This record gives sequence, structure tokens and C-alpha cells, in this order.
Amino acid sequence: MTPITPAHYLILSAALFSIGVIGVMLRRNIIVIFMSIELMLNAVNINLVAFSSQVQNAVGQVFAIFVICVAAAEAAVGLGIILAFYRNKETVNIDEMSLMRW
Amino acid sequence: MGQAIAFYTLAALILGFAVLVITAKSAVHSILFLVADFLFVAGMYVLLGAQFLAVIQVVVYAGGIMVLYLFVVMLVNLKRPPEAHQDRRRRGRLGLLFSLVVFAELALIAVYKVASPASLVPPSAPMGPNNVEQVGWLLYTDYLIPFEVASMLLLVAMIGAIVLARREA
Repeated sequence: MTPITPAHYLILSAALFSIGVIGVMLRRNIIVIFMSIELMLNAVNINLVAFSSQVQNAVGQVFAIFVICVAAAEAAVGLGIILAFYRNKETVNIDEMSLMRW
Repeated sequence: MGQAIAFYTLAALILGFAVLVITAKSAVHSILFLVADFLFVAGMYVLLGAQFLAVIQVVVYAGGIMVLYLFVVMLVNLKRPPEAHQDRRRRGRLGLLFSLVVFAELALIAVYKVASPASLVPPSAPMGPNNVEQVGWLLYTDYLIPFEVASMLLLVAMIGAIVLARREA
């Protein structure tokens, strides 16, 4: 069995990111789309930590903490918007969220 | 050898649960699969020697953000299934194709650029066992200003979420 190299982690991360992209592209429930975005952010974090471990430098972990912080802010504001939208339109389907489309 | 077994097991669990997250019919099931996924990602961080980040992942993601999601799903009680209506102009196949192109591109870069040994910086000073001390040292010296800005960002997000979700009086 070959040793685990950074390329292994990068491919895992690429696969996880692609699953997130597929979720964003194909699902119509906006809450599930938000969860797919969280999956993509986690893929990025795995990348950062893998390189941090490879070059033996903790800066990558510091950046991963900032990514988690931004993800928390994004989730709070995004879910607030979803709630406000649901109060007005009684839906969480993005195909019905076409108020601003011409 | 043990590291390889742990990596492949965790990778399979992470990807499997990620697929379950985006295929589950009910949003509550998606959330529960996502919590499991985040716990396995935390295990991956432990495998990579980032213990502090693993704890942060469990506390903030699996404990905090996912409870927020669960609350929103409970508040949004849907009378009809959320995926019932579909826009005719939606191009699902095209989206899937684009996603696969993204994956192919990322995987090619990973294999051809990173797998070549010359492209990686050799380990400089060994990181040492005390992961928390190192991360804390970096956060409070070199990255002090980003750290404080992040706290401001969280404060603004908190106020913004309250303002957005408040009922109009």
C-alpha cells in the first residue's frame, strides 16, 4: 500500500468539493444548497490542513479557523434571509425565488 | 500502514456521507448526515495532526452551525414538498456536467502538480507536539489583526441575522 501523500488529500478534497458543487447545481431546496456550500468549505479546510501538515507550518490551520469563522457568519446571515423569505413567500424552493429575474 | 487504513476509511466515510447529504429527501436527514460528515472530517484533522482544529470543527460546526440549520428547518414547516415545483428553464444535466468538469480539473491539478516531488517544500522545522500552543501563538502575534476583524465580522453577522429574522413590528 502506497504511503499517503498530499495528492491523496487533494483528491479527497476535490471529490468533496465536487459533491458540494453537484448539490448546489441539482437541488432546489435552498437549505440543502446551503449545506452543500458548507461541504465545499470543508473541502477547502482539508486542503489547508493537509498542506499545513506537509510543510510543518501551523499557518494553514490558522487560515482554516478563519474559514470556519466566515462559514459561521455566512450560515447565520443566510439562514436569516431564508427565514425572512419564507415569511413572505411560504417557500424554500429556489425555482420560485425569481422575484429579481427579468 | 495504519495511517493508510485510517485515511481510506475516513475518506470513504466522508465522501459517502457527503453523497447522502445531497441525495436525502428530507432536509432533516440531510442535516444529520452532515453532522456525521463533519465529525469524520474532524477525525481527518486529528490524522493530520491538527487537534485544535478538530475540536473547533466539532464544537463550532457539528455543535453550533448545525443546530442553527436544524432550527431553521423546524421553523420552516412546509405544507408541500420543497422540490415539487421545477422551473422549465433549469438545466440539471448541464449543471452535473459542469460539476464533473470541475472535479476532473481539480483532480488533474492534484495528480500532475502536487504528485511531482519537486513541487513541494520540504518540511522545515518540525511542528512539535503542542498544536494548540502553536496555533494560539500565530493567532495572537502574526494574525492578530485578522483575528480581531473576524470577531467584528461575527458581531456584524449576529446583528444582521437578528435584524433579518425579526418579525416586522
